[in-house]
Amino acid sequence: MKKTMSQVLLYVIVSLGAIIMLLPFLWMISTSLKTSTETIKIPPIWIPKVLRWANYVEAFKAAPFMRYFVNSVVVTLVTTLGQIVTSILAAFAFAKLNFHGKNFLFSFFLGTMMIPGEMLLIPNFVTLSKMHLINTYGALILPYLASFFTVFMLKQSFQAVPDSIYFAAKIDGASDWGFLWRILVPMSKSSITAVTVLQMIGSWNAFMWPLIVTNDATARTLPVGLQAFTTDAGTEYQLLMAASTFVIIPMVILYLFLQKYIIAGISKSGLKG
Amino acid sequence: MINQKKNWKTTLQAYLYLLPMLLVLLVFCIYPIVQSFLMSIYTKYDFFTNKVGAIGWDNFRYLFADPDFYIALKNTLIFVFGVVPLTIVLSLIIALMLNKLRWFSSLFRTIYFLPFVTSTVAIAMVWNWIYHSNYGFLNYLLGLVGIQPINWLNDPHYAMWALIIMSVWKGLGFNIILFLVGLNNIDNRYYQAAAIDGANSWQQFLHITVPLLSPTTFLVTVNEIIVSFKVFDQVFALFQNSPGPSKACLTLVYYLYQKFYIENKYTIAAASGVILFLLILVVTLIQLSYSRRHVHY
Repeated sequence: MKKTMSQVLLYVIVSLGAIIMLLPFLWMISTSLKTSTETIKIPPIWIPKVLRWANYVEAFKAAPFMRYFVNSVVVTLVTTLGQIVTSILAAFAFAKLNFHGKNFLFSFFLGTMMIPGEMLLIPNFVTLSKMHLINTYGALILPYLASFFTVFMLKQSFQAVPDSIYFAAKIDGASDWGFLWRILVPMSKSSITAVTVLQMIGSWNAFMWPLIVTNDATARTLPVGLQAFTTDAGTEYQLLMAASTFVIIPMVILYLFLQKYIIAGISKSGLKG
Repeated sequence: MINQKKNWKTTLQAYLYLLPMLLVLLVFCIYPIVQSFLMSIYTKYDFFTNKVGAIGWDNFRYLFADPDFYIALKNTLIFVFGVVPLTIVLSLIIALMLNKLRWFSSLFRTIYFLPFVTSTVAIAMVWNWIYHSNYGFLNYLLGLVGIQPINWLNDPHYAMWALIIMSVWKGLGFNIILFLVGLNNIDNRYYQAAAIDGANSWQQFLHITVPLLSPTTFLVTVNEIIVSFKVFDQVFALFQNSPGPSKACLTLVYYLYQKFYIENKYTIAAASGVILFLLILVVTLIQLSYSRRHVHY
């Protein structure tokens, strides 16, 4: 009896917490479907009389969100793909090969992970200005084509694959290159998926760097575009909420489908990407 | 290792695999680290021609004579001391509860984690609307229990609270996951043994969970402190391109952004970046020495 009571109490508290966590999302979606007069009703209405999907159309007309969306998709995909490839190659060297300078290089890069990324903004901005890449995809993508954090994560999972498998593959005539791509990578699929998804979320939501290196719709990503939109939208909260929903939804869908990998990735790394 | 001995041939092979990463990191990570430390002591500097006129501590002197810099330091510390304890305590409590649930545990985990995957900028817009002084949902809720409307985003006394509440909400899920992993790593036999010895659940929590969870708590705390020191996106988006009313939420990174991007004082901005680095370094060192003595591994 006492056990049941405490379980019931537990569910009540946990559910209340869950409602608080969900409330901003529900409020955002609810507002995005209201008319401008409905948004300022007190007491607030949760379900508008007519669901005004036109707000989404209006927001899209008011700012080049389609362009921002394409920019975000391209930057996210290219950055993630590039970073995974460079990291797989480097992780293979660190996990499976013996070479001069290995320990030094590894500890050196591990040490650089302590430096706050904000310190890199200014010199990287100057470098990219000199390359005439400001306000292009290049500026958004190039600095993120490698990440030692990702290398570190993949090295751990490559090390878990026993060397005996390599020797078996060798007897079957596999080259090192073939072993890496046809055996090691498929065997580490779940770790690779985890870092890929975490990196995609990071790229999609990145703000400070895209804010600094873009100055109009040509290369602006969704978060920066949304920020710029607030100045135009002013007090039209239903449009602002429609635009916010549009920015948030893709990653929520990705998360709901690949949740397992994201959680596994975070559990292993214990660090924010 | 798949090659037993290292020689010039295996070394060459390894460096070919490392090459793409090395190239990117040299240009966009190592060079800028060196450059930003150097820039912080350049006093007459033209960054486009890379001509250095003079070297000295003037940039740091500027910082310590700038009242805004003190405001930024103070605000950053207030933010860290507000967000970190709240996040740690709440996420530990929620993780403990989720761990005890018999059904729907993963559904709740999904919900609590949701804010972590959402764009900070987009969700800050939503909070901006929730905090609205006349039509905001929060003031409506407070009104139900008889609290007068609070001007969350325009009153310097409340702006920092608004920022802290939103940041705690956003960061909870991530830390809950880490605590859940830590709790799962504790061997159930400890609890069984304690129960046989007649320990109640509070004693079990105090004498088994707390000490055995301490590596996780340590990791979560260090991580949360470092992330909080670097707060920027939330401020920028919540206060719509401003550091809050009367600079109430001007933080270190926001200061760096202003000096660099708005005022084009690159060397001053670089110096403030060095201060940020030193602060994070101090935290890491304190935590490291503390963990050697107190964390029960």
